[in-house]
Amino acid sequence: MSTQYSAAHSFNKVMEILDRYDRSEEKIIPILQAVQEEYRYLPQEVLTFIATSLGVSPARLYGVATFYSHFSLEAKGKHIIKMCDGTACHVRGSAKVIDAIRERLKLTDKKITTDDMMYTFQTVSCLGACGLAPVLVVDDEIHGQVTPQQALALIDKIDAEEKENA
Amino acid sequence: MEKYVYINDRPVAWEGEKNLLELARKAHIDIPTFCYHSDLSLYGACRLCMVEVEGRGLVTSCTTEPFEGMKVKTHSQQILKLRKTIVEMLLANHDQNCPQCSRATDCKLRDISNRLNIDNVRFRQTREFKTVNLGSDCLTRDPNKCVLCGDCVRFCDEIQSIGAIDFAGRGLEVNVSSAYGKSLAQVDCVNCGQCAAVCPTGAIVIKTDVPRAWEAIHDSKKTVVAQIAPAVRVALGEMFGIPASDMTTGKMVAAMKIIGFDQVYDTSFAADLTVVEEANEFIARKSNGGKLPIFTSCCPAWVKFAEQSFPSLLENLSSCRSPQQMFGAIAKERLPELLKVDKKDLVVISIMPCTAKKYECKRPEFTREDGIPDVDIALTTQELGRMVREAGIDFESLEPESFDLPMGFATGAGVIFGNSGGVSEAVLRYAADKFDIPVPESIVLQEVRGTSGLREATLADGNLKIAVVHGLRNARELADKIIAGEAEYDIVEVMACPGGCTGGAGQPIVTTQRQHRERTKTLYNADKTMAMHRAQDNPFIHELYDELLKEPNSHKAHELLHTAYRHRKRIDDDELSISTGDAKDRCQIRVCVGTSCYLRGAQDILAKTLQMVEENAWGNYFDISATFCSEKCDKGPNVTVGDKVIHRAELAHIKQLITEEASRRVK
Repeated sequence: MSTQYSAAHSFNKVMEILDRYDRSEEKIIPILQAVQEEYRYLPQEVLTFIATSLGVSPARLYGVATFYSHFSLEAKGKHIIKMCDGTACHVRGSAKVIDAIRERLKLTDKKITTDDMMYTFQTVSCLGACGLAPVLVVDDEIHGQVTPQQALALIDKIDAEEKENA
Repeated sequence: MEKYVYINDRPVAWEGEKNLLELARKAHIDIPTFCYHSDLSLYGACRLCMVEVEGRGLVTSCTTEPFEGMKVKTHSQQILKLRKTIVEMLLANHDQNCPQCSRATDCKLRDISNRLNIDNVRFRQTREFKTVNLGSDCLTRDPNKCVLCGDCVRFCDEIQSIGAIDFAGRGLEVNVSSAYGKSLAQVDCVNCGQCAAVCPTGAIVIKTDVPRAWEAIHDSKKTVVAQIAPAVRVALGEMFGIPASDMTTGKMVAAMKIIGFDQVYDTSFAADLTVVEEANEFIARKSNGGKLPIFTSCCPAWVKFAEQSFPSLLENLSSCRSPQQMFGAIAKERLPELLKVDKKDLVVISIMPCTAKKYECKRPEFTREDGIPDVDIALTTQELGRMVREAGIDFESLEPESFDLPMGFATGAGVIFGNSGGVSEAVLRYAADKFDIPVPESIVLQEVRGTSGLREATLADGNLKIAVVHGLRNARELADKIIAGEAEYDIVEVMACPGGCTGGAGQPIVTTQRQHRERTKTLYNADKTMAMHRAQDNPFIHELYDELLKEPNSHKAHELLHTAYRHRKRIDDDELSISTGDAKDRCQIRVCVGTSCYLRGAQDILAKTLQMVEENAWGNYFDISATFCSEKCDKGPNVTVGDKVIHRAELAHIKQLITEEASRRVK
């Protein structure tokens, strides 16, 4: 995703997504998936707009959006870090990595996005890459057998890049 | 050939009952359930109504169709155990502060737990209690008492077609929620309160104004007068073991005098006044080619529903205020003189079968310039019953007393307002002469009575077409047809609650249709026993016109008895910022994409506008947002460009404005 983020482009995209799925109530989930891909989360105003377009009540759409953990109603950071805490990763020490990342980014299990909107850190339950456990995903790039030190080094690297581009 | 189902080895004739639960009831077995409601869709969520069917094992009786020769056990060892476990699990996560719960006396969870002889809960609490109250001026919500039966969700969607609440979250987190977890006051809830009426526990209850009422009554400086809506008198007794077939008007007045109300009046008096005003408004429209059909406006839930869903019909709504508000306006205008009391010390408390009346009396247009509201406090039938109990009054043994004059005198026309169809019938009785409708001796217009969701009548040789709807889904379907030109009427009566006001959510909790029908019947009987049946025969209404209002729809009448409506957003939302750009003083473009504007093509305008700005790289000149309802829906699509507001916007015009603005800025 380009960092030059155009809201206008996104809104046009929402309309295109709605058209692509025939504005059909039955296709709520693929519509929400596609919209989330565009915005990185489901903004409330966009949800209301989709509800109006599909002729469903906003409360129903909110219900669908909150049922699936895939959907997020909160804005996420620019960089998304996911740590697997499934059984295999857990026994191989994912907890230590999780603690280290949270401490570094000043996050908790409830507060998952940094105040400067730079990072979102989430735990997930199994990425299906148990052979690489413990697994860390940084902006869709998978890192296997990570240690706390390696994880922090990856964050350092992003920080340095961001500084350079600033 | 009769068909039989064997319930607990005893044959029961199966006469087309759709499910085992209903069939069992016929066999005198009341299977416990939370989520089965004959008016709502089958849900099968609470699992309490499990029975054992030979050859099939355990099934939910609410969702199982009977078949001939079926063998059913309703209380086997396994079932009894299962039901206990289910209820224990519900209790483990239930806030059991029962003595402090307003539903303590009619809570289904309490009742079922008691019936199942549960004396110990073996499970520990797994859900954390939440402290949030997301209610409104009319309703209070307590998620810690919710059993997730979904009755409220289905009523709001299926009967009212609103869907203001739905299930949100998953697993332990699942809860009944408005959109985005907002309060009911911030979303499209119309305050009909039927969610609270179907709730088996205290998870949604009426917001109490009883403490405010006591405070006014105990304030020696205040003169407290009450108005009682017609439907209250056929239901209040239910809270004291008196069936709905017995009218309790006299006892009710006596109890209120004991409580300390200085004067007790009848909202039916104001209903008579509504009849005169509304009938004259209708006759004027009919003869001047005004907007028809005229929609009734007595029901505040319907009014809010129309304001947020049918902006194009708002001009069709009668401008008449509801009887509650007419009463309040007249009371505050006349009673200070009559009762020799300063206006600011006069408190008007209304007793209503309705939760939305609490919202209605707080609408800003019903508070006049001096800051004094026409109706100070709206209580429901339930709240009045609770005050009677609190005061220790032995209701059943009270001797009847009569309403105070002048505003306590009503005709039968005002009384039947409480039934669905009553407003139409009352208006017809008034207008019958003008339309040469032969009115029967008993003045009963059978055409508009009954229970079906939509009733139609054609009178005066086809010159007068009337429709009566109750339940907002029925109202929505009819309104859609009228807008599409598929149906034509002169008068449309809408009541949000099934059955009309007698079925209002402020009434005591009842669980069977039969109890609702009983109230309706009793109210019609009340009309029969009254001396007068037509609003125009009420001598005190004549007096009111002679002394204050002069004539129907006069200037003074408009000031006191009529109102106006406005478009309303469904959801409190921010606007959606769409364009980006760094320059500060960009020209603001706002395109409304609310429901109404959306239907009129606002989206196309927005898309093309965006495209135009992008193609010309004018991002630094314009700041484009989509807004949600600028509340001028009848003039949609609404677009603002800079300080210009454009109604009924057309793309070419908007493009031209943008081009002009851009060329100004390029210079």
